[in-house]
Amino acid sequence: MTEFFGVPVVVLLGQVLLGLINGSFYALLSLGLAIIFGMLNVINFSHGAFYMLGGFVTWIIFSHLGIGYWPGLLIAPIVVGLIGALSERLLLRHLYGVDPLYSLLFTFGAAMMLEGLFRYIFGSAGKPYPMPSALSGGYNLGFMFLPVYRVWVIAIALVVCFGTWFAIERTRLGAYLRAGTENPVLVQAFGINVPALLTLTYGFCVGLAGFAGALAAPIYQVGPSMGANLIIIVFAVVVIGGMGSIAGTIVTGLALGIVEGLTKVFFPTASAITVFIMMILVLMIRPNGLFGRER
Amino acid sequence: MSLQSVSKSQTSQPVSVRAIFLVALVVISLVAPFFVYPLFLTKMLCFILFASAVNIVLGYSGLLTLGHAAFFGGAAYIAAHAMKVWGTPFEVAILLAVAFSSALGLLFGFLAIRRQGIYFAMVTLALAQMIYFLAIQMPFTGGEDGITAVPRGMLFGVIDLHDTLTMYYVVLVLVAFGMLVIWRAINSPFGHVLAAIKENEARVTSLGIQPNRYKLIAFVLSAALSGLAGALKAIAFQVASLADVTWHMSGEVVLMTLLGGLSTLIGPGIGAAVVIALEHYLSTSGLPIMFMIGLIFMVCVMLFRRGIYGELREWYRRSRSARDHS
Repeated sequence: MTEFFGVPVVVLLGQVLLGLINGSFYALLSLGLAIIFGMLNVINFSHGAFYMLGGFVTWIIFSHLGIGYWPGLLIAPIVVGLIGALSERLLLRHLYGVDPLYSLLFTFGAAMMLEGLFRYIFGSAGKPYPMPSALSGGYNLGFMFLPVYRVWVIAIALVVCFGTWFAIERTRLGAYLRAGTENPVLVQAFGINVPALLTLTYGFCVGLAGFAGALAAPIYQVGPSMGANLIIIVFAVVVIGGMGSIAGTIVTGLALGIVEGLTKVFFPTASAITVFIMMILVLMIRPNGLFGRER
Repeated sequence: MSLQSVSKSQTSQPVSVRAIFLVALVVISLVAPFFVYPLFLTKMLCFILFASAVNIVLGYSGLLTLGHAAFFGGAAYIAAHAMKVWGTPFEVAILLAVAFSSALGLLFGFLAIRRQGIYFAMVTLALAQMIYFLAIQMPFTGGEDGITAVPRGMLFGVIDLHDTLTMYYVVLVLVAFGMLVIWRAINSPFGHVLAAIKENEARVTSLGIQPNRYKLIAFVLSAALSGLAGALKAIAFQVASLADVTWHMSGEVVLMTLLGGLSTLIGPGIGAAVVIALEHYLSTSGLPIMFMIGLIFMVCVMLFRRGIYGELREWYRRSRSARDHS
């Protein structure tokens, strides 16, 4: 058996894979967070709550309506995106004029409210969600067992991340978005409906969080606190990567997932705080983040 | 980038009004435990100090901190551990806890003030979450159960704190001391530099003052007093638990400060009293506390960002100026 620093390579690869899954969720969430910040200048603390909402929508339509995983994967982001777009239109919009710290506090309150609501209705315990039959089982690679669902999560997350990057960097709508980030007044003067663009952006990015929640349902249990715990780690990821570039955000998310996975092999007790330690190191060496520029 | 400035001058009120108000406050806090359950009042006092301490950073320095639960809850663990396992006297446990939270504040502050505005909030939140994870993992904190059955001990070896009324008065004295420290700090040259940094950091730098040094001192002071509040709560309630180090706690104390009125001396205290009273009422009503807290948070940010005291003062000022003009 091949070994690496006294650890069998198989174990190492397994943890890297596990880390990549966490990294996929970090990437999906931090991507949405970075786009919302770029367009709306809002740090969306409720992003985690929308992730939880996505998980719950998937779980509720399955356990009450019998709608399975695949439609759920489509319905959850749409429902969450619509709720997000509505909340932007009705509430968040009125905070653009004031200090961005207030919109952070507002979304913070919204996250608390949502978590409190779901805890009140469904209790604190996690709800198990069955693995879809097409994705259960795994491949035997000879040296390790590779569960299909993990491969699926990583693949679909990469596709969605790349699709989002492509939509923003290479399409006309994306060009409007980027222009709107630079100078909303001028873009508005060209006849583009910037407020609608903002609602769309918020709805889409929050929908991404909902999608991540649906994706997480079969591997992590669906519970009220799943969002907040994740979003705080994603905040650290965002601080590490900086929010200047979309590709940078995705790469940072995936890379940190792997680092976290590897820490689990070498220092199991420190794995929960790996990302925070990384954040401290980056703050000392490159205060603006790896891909960041000071705003 | 700073939270909306509310205070212009606090000294414009006539002296007599302030004196009457102060005397009334002293009298009320002395007689209150004979009418209201003392332990409930003790909790209120701890949170009044906690919110006022957070206000040093949030209100007077304009830095949004979402990580103060680490100081509050961390100090609670240290105080509880010192009393229960090491068997130290009350005053030593408090000093140890405050020393711990100050050191932690120095570390957090050193890291967090490298970033500004929104990033500052995210960094403090993440650092505090790290303390939360450590609190889950470390053996001495008792994990999910926390440290329970903490003895209250004797003050200076003579005053027995197991009497709840005595405990209340000891906490009252210490909280009053903490408030005095805040009042002194805010009305000193140091406090004026803080206010100037909040208004225009570049200009302060151009005057040859290092803003980061002042922010760090403010942060450490705030952390120390938050730690004092946490330690007092842990000893009075004889328990230190995970609930005190969660992000919800960091958020709740920001809500108290905001709800009462940022950058006002007594606003955060009012906010804390309101929130604690509300929680007390909600805990028997069966309504979800967290949901209500979040809702109040949203309403407060949307509709009255000046907070209760800030709005009242604004109203008072406006009505007075209207009277002067007529």
